[in-house]
Amino acid sequence: MTRYLLRRIGLAIVTLWILSLIVFFAGQILPGDPGRTVLGPFAAESAVRAYDHQLGVDRPLIVQYLGWIGGLLHGNMGSSYTYRSPVEPFIVSAIGNSSKLALLALIIIIPLGIAGGVLAAIYAGRWIDRLISLTGLAASTVPEFVSGIVLIIVLGIGLKLLPITAATSSGASIPDQLDHLILPVIPLVFVLFGYIARMARAGTVEALDSDYVRTATLKGLRRGVVIRRHVLRNALLPTITVIATQTGYLIGGLVVVENLFNYQGIGLLILNAATHKDFPMLEAGVLIIGVVYMVATLIADVLYTVLNPRLRVGVTG
Amino acid sequence: MTAGELTTAAPGEVAVARAFAAPPAQWRLLLRKPAFLIGAAVLLFWVICAIFGHLIAPFDPLAQQLLNKNTAPSGAHLFGTDTLGRDVLSRLIAGARDILLIAPLATLLGAVCGTAIGLLMGYFGGVIDVVLGRVVEAVLALPVVIVAFLFIVAVGPSSLTLIIVVGFIFTPLIARTVRTAVLVESQLDYLASARLLGERPAYIMFAEILPNVLPVIVVEFTVRLGYAIFAVATLSFLGFGVQQPTPDWGGDIAANYGLLGAGYWWETLFPALAIASLVMALNLVTDSIEQVISS
Repeated sequence: MTRYLLRRIGLAIVTLWILSLIVFFAGQILPGDPGRTVLGPFAAESAVRAYDHQLGVDRPLIVQYLGWIGGLLHGNMGSSYTYRSPVEPFIVSAIGNSSKLALLALIIIIPLGIAGGVLAAIYAGRWIDRLISLTGLAASTVPEFVSGIVLIIVLGIGLKLLPITAATSSGASIPDQLDHLILPVIPLVFVLFGYIARMARAGTVEALDSDYVRTATLKGLRRGVVIRRHVLRNALLPTITVIATQTGYLIGGLVVVENLFNYQGIGLLILNAATHKDFPMLEAGVLIIGVVYMVATLIADVLYTVLNPRLRVGVTG
Repeated sequence: MTAGELTTAAPGEVAVARAFAAPPAQWRLLLRKPAFLIGAAVLLFWVICAIFGHLIAPFDPLAQQLLNKNTAPSGAHLFGTDTLGRDVLSRLIAGARDILLIAPLATLLGAVCGTAIGLLMGYFGGVIDVVLGRVVEAVLALPVVIVAFLFIVAVGPSSLTLIIVVGFIFTPLIARTVRTAVLVESQLDYLASARLLGERPAYIMFAEILPNVLPVIVVEFTVRLGYAIFAVATLSFLGFGVQQPTPDWGGDIAANYGLLGAGYWWETLFPALAIASLVMALNLVTDSIEQVISS
């Protein structure tokens, strides 16, 4: 187990290093130079060059990369071109905001998706199954910004039930913040629902079909007891671990939803950094997302191994 | 976007593996499924719009009528006009073309590259399989949205960039599926006899194995096509796709959603419904095909 864990962590670090290389060099071959972008098209050539020199972007690439990586290892993420101040405060506050959104989405979707999937499996082939499966399919295939737009128009503008932006003034009360987050969370929930329900349904169908469930039924246990004690335990462990692997999707969903609802999270931050060619902000934001994603998949892998005794024996033995 | 859905084995893969066994008679079952017929009809409608859109559209989708800005749906403009006074219905009809061109081309690119890599991995095995397998894993280890983002930011947004990015993301996924199918084929006698006859590897791979794994690739293609439309629409909305003033559903929503607060709902609602109808129709068709194959 320890060896497996070390190997996985090693692989994650190598992947992160490759990501840092890709991020850095993708940033460098961007068309246009930052001095020109910040100072505008009418600035004198000498001013642009002086600004570039001040930022250090006229040094050789390898020197810039080593300087950047060295700074990162000392906890210094660099300085934003657009705001001309360190990027850390922006990143920290954006991660905090995005976590709120992501957490709220997960709190809603995990029970909902599992309940939907189990219900569909128990009534497999009947209209409830068909309804849940079709709803899930429809909900998970529609892009978040499409369902978001329809929700804004119907709930926000038509019925005036909810605010149509996610931004609140600083110091807003928690109920007020929640009120602003409901609309942005729904598109995320839609897409995840189909996926989690499908996994839960597949797991439950497999468990219902197994020999141990047949034995439990034949020894006279009531249907409810069989489902609770034998089916759910076996069906849901893989589903729960699969949810952890959904972070990658969730990150993509955040970029879209935060943009649509003007919410100051990490997705909007890197989108704006990309459009304004703010390399240090973009690089720091993407790397942070990379770290979050690595940690999440690592946890998913380890959980899966721990929860599945067959794999655990294979690893230690 | 759909990192998780893309990186985790799709439930369809079991059905994909069974695609071999589907006799032609089963395909006729499709015509009796209402879900398939509805999906196919909607799909056909958008394909016709994509091909003949500029002829069907009541107005020129690019023509600006600055005196008729943001007018609500009426007899003259069934779906209203947008910020620049362009007819929303006409832009909707003409906008079908780009997404219906970009998404299939991207999927095709991913299918061709993925098939080639999958064939190499499955047929040769050994070092080639290990090395290519590591590369595939490395690509899949990054969140899809990040890969797309960096690529587009570095190269600049255009239709071609969209095709390459989405095709690039699909390549490792399709390669993985094809590799598995090739490994199954490798157990069969006809390959052993082809080798004994002294056929060249390239001939065996493309003339002997490829036709036998083609059904797998076709089903994989239809499944990926749905994700491609999702991805292309989303990237267009983020400003990384077809650029204004070319009519494009995602792009038009991005250009007009800032005015939602002012109550101009028709400028974004109709493109949104168009995207929703297209992806749902495609998935109804794909889902029906999978059901028929696995039944």
